[in-house]
Amino acid sequence: MPDAPGLELIRGQIEAEHPGAVIDTGFAQERAVLVIDPAHILPVLTWLRDAPGQGYRFLSSLHAADYLPAEPRFAVHYELLNRDRVERLRVKALLADPGEDSLPEIDSCCELFPTAEFQEREAYDFFGISFRGHPDLRRILLPEDYVGWPQRRDFPVGGEPVTFTYNERNYG
Amino acid sequence: MEVERQTMRERQLRARDMLRGDLEGEELERYVEERVVLTRFEEMLGWARSNSIFPLTFGLACCALEGIPMAAVTARYDIARFGAEAGRASPRQADLIVLSGRVSIKMAPIVRRLYDQMLEPKWAISMGACSSSGGMFSNYAVVQGADKIMPIDVHVPGCPPRPEAVLYGFTKLQRKIQGNPDQGWRARYSAHGTEEWARGGPRSEPSGEAAEAYRAARELIGA
Repeated sequence: MPDAPGLELIRGQIEAEHPGAVIDTGFAQERAVLVIDPAHILPVLTWLRDAPGQGYRFLSSLHAADYLPAEPRFAVHYELLNRDRVERLRVKALLADPGEDSLPEIDSCCELFPTAEFQEREAYDFFGISFRGHPDLRRILLPEDYVGWPQRRDFPVGGEPVTFTYNERNYG
Repeated sequence: MEVERQTMRERQLRARDMLRGDLEGEELERYVEERVVLTRFEEMLGWARSNSIFPLTFGLACCALEGIPMAAVTARYDIARFGAEAGRASPRQADLIVLSGRVSIKMAPIVRRLYDQMLEPKWAISMGACSSSGGMFSNYAVVQGADKIMPIDVHVPGCPPRPEAVLYGFTKLQRKIQGNPDQGWRARYSAHGTEEWARGGPRSEPSGEAAEAYRAARELIGA
């Protein structure tokens, strides 16, 4: 993990090449975080992968999150790993909710990291985040005719409520 | 028919005479009467069926690992004592399907298809809390009780059920196959009418409350 000065150094170098790409930096859960403007996600990931001295060549995880009351609401997390120095870096792209009828969009990084293909499908499956340029964006775990994005926070949990006499008497 | 009390030695001698053909007349009649049991054909068939069940080699989730091979089938509890050790890998050869674990909505059509492919007579055991009621998975992905997609003969509670519970459920199924099913506890204790229902009664929409909570949550965030 890059320490705080190292992270600021990375930020400065990215800013020099892609002005406005880095929105914020920080440390969360003992992990350095770069918050990136989604419009610049591909150039930044490419730079982190290929620039000399960086070498974050391994995408250990790609996942989405929904921070519902917050705005922008969605985030795509890229957990990068430099295997030579065993350094991890989290890149986070925040996506606003475009409304009921359309899906939040971000560029697919399948070309950079082939492992992202299935993980982007999973993020699409559960959060309804559309990855531009993905070769085969369809549901991966849920049934193909499923309607809705069940891991979003405003999706009903489902199941069946079981009301016991005790609860009914005391809270019903 | 009156069976005389005889010593074991006398019985053995008579059996030997019977085999040699030395037994005749009234003695022969009495010998046959002692040893023949009359029953209905259905009962005999049920007895035979219940003691030679071929379960489907099939697992859904963790109960398939905890319960079936580790507990019921292996030597310590040994379902072979009840004549059900011959697991069949094809539903067309199986009599019994054990739903061992949660039935997800993606798996439900496949489970139903397996059940439909089994030949009559066929039975189903729902093993564990998850396949009986959804268990802890009260969510969008799991069928809330496998009896919504197929008929179930015996529900075995537990998470996972003890091996004894699985075998107890199995013997209950055997009695059912023999045409002599056990009464439910409500029948035993005359407790009909004490069922508990979710709010709104038996015919209320199952997910009505969830939808209401969903609407309330949307309003709360001003969406």
